[in-house]
Amino acid sequence: MKVGLVQEEGRTWSSYTTSSLPSDTRDAHICAAQLNVWYGDKLALHDVTLAVDRGTIAAVVGPSGCGKTSFLMCINRLTDMIPRCRVSGALHLDHLNLMSPTIDVLALRRRVGMVFQKPNPFPLSVWDNLALPLKEHGVRKRDELRQRIETVLREVGLWNDVKDRLGHSALALSGGQQQRVCLARALVLSPEVLLLDEPCSSLDPLSSGMIEDLIVSLRGRLTIVIVTHHLAQARRIADSVAVFWAQAGAGWLVESGPTQQIFDSPQHPITAAYIQGHRG
Amino acid sequence: MVNKRSSPWLPLFQERCVALVVWLAVGLVTTLFLWLVSEIVLQGIGVVSWEFILSAPQNAGRDGGIGPMLVATALIVGVCLGVSVPLGLGTAIVLAEYTNENRRLSQWVRRSLDVLAGVPSIVFGLFGHAFFCLFLGLGFSLLSGGMTLACMVLPLLIRSTEESLRAIPREYRLSAAALGLSRWTTVTRLLIPLALPGFAAGLILGVGRAMAETAALLFTSGYVDRFPTSLLDSGRALSVHIWDLAMNVPGGNSHAYASALVLVGLLFAINLTSSFIADQWKKHALT
Repeated sequence: MKVGLVQEEGRTWSSYTTSSLPSDTRDAHICAAQLNVWYGDKLALHDVTLAVDRGTIAAVVGPSGCGKTSFLMCINRLTDMIPRCRVSGALHLDHLNLMSPTIDVLALRRRVGMVFQKPNPFPLSVWDNLALPLKEHGVRKRDELRQRIETVLREVGLWNDVKDRLGHSALALSGGQQQRVCLARALVLSPEVLLLDEPCSSLDPLSSGMIEDLIVSLRGRLTIVIVTHHLAQARRIADSVAVFWAQAGAGWLVESGPTQQIFDSPQHPITAAYIQGHRG
Repeated sequence: MVNKRSSPWLPLFQERCVALVVWLAVGLVTTLFLWLVSEIVLQGIGVVSWEFILSAPQNAGRDGGIGPMLVATALIVGVCLGVSVPLGLGTAIVLAEYTNENRRLSQWVRRSLDVLAGVPSIVFGLFGHAFFCLFLGLGFSLLSGGMTLACMVLPLLIRSTEESLRAIPREYRLSAAALGLSRWTTVTRLLIPLALPGFAAGLILGVGRAMAETAALLFTSGYVDRFPTSLLDSGRALSVHIWDLAMNVPGGNSHAYASALVLVGLLFAINLTSSFIADQWKKHALT
């Protein structure tokens, strides 16, 4: 079944794709069906059908090069930024068709925040790191800027560390603090979805734990998709887990389901071997 | 085990030879530079004074000063920068941010810029004469000269700015896009401040080349040694003045050296201030 690029914004996907989707995905917040990603001629992600419920934390696990990041980048259309990248299949955020060539990508990215693997605050002050996206999306009053920035910095537990040096470069902070600035930067726009691409992998255990606690505290408020290499972390924080695997260079979805089910009674032998540490 | 190569003094000897050659090269270059500068300073310093800098030349430049040349040079360089900075910055941004590196168009633009950067200045002079002076009817004027120099400076400026834009890590662009920042905001608030050192380097090279240019200006801004009153006036740049004194005016040597001293001093000053300004701007924009 071909789900075309012609589908219009605002129409539900169900009338097009119900037949190919599991029935319990219909009130999902993010819903992918037969999603493929190509880089040039190379297939990077093959036929992924996956749904993430609103307000839950979904972990995407798997070895390197199995398309986890590609999957994330489809959800905020960052794939547009990659030359010769092509996406096919169906992907919806609520009723918004993310495959439509006519959607307002900037508005979408305001609804869907993202944090990357390496802490990458802009080489600006802490204040400007957070004010830049706010100003871009129409918040201009200094009072409101100040209030929103303070709120979000308190939320990520950085306010007391940086309140006296908001004007200093964010690059002067430690790695863990920088990653929290990045998290704050993504949260300051009040997104409804947060994409996390191995947010803890370049941090020390202490900072990593802080970020993890933060993610857990967001449960219910935001839908979170987190790519991680730590199976233990996925098990601790995620409501559902999707196991990706690479086959002939292309990533595919081996199995997905509630966290407990994936860890306690995996259906697929690859999942079982991966969970037990025999593979990956 | 008994191997000639392993004898203890040979590697040491080789090491010493290499070091000697390297130090000789360094010494040679430094000596050349010092010789050149000291020659200019020694021969010129006696003539340079405020009087010399501010007054008009007399007796074909044998007496008097270089006031009009300084004004003409400033105006020419001003026109050159006024044209080349916006064009150069714009082109570099388009090349680095809005076109794919491998597309045929940008490849051609890049290749032609590299060729242009190596074209002798006299060719630019002929082109400027034909296009600005004759075709556009600007005549021998500071405007023609400045725009001809802009054509010369543009390749340097564009390439160095483009390189420094490309050297900015992709993560910044991705995270800016992930925040829903528009291209415009990304370019103006993030990428340009980050690319500033490269831009400044290109600018310094460019201004240096423009101020020292003689051949291209002979055909375009002309020769007249009075104070220019408008951009459409003909005017004599400092380097043209030096050339004229040295080649065409018997007895003009001491004034040629003095003018050269002023020119070298100016280039030095511009180098220092522009890198200082770039530092400050960067600090200001990025903290």
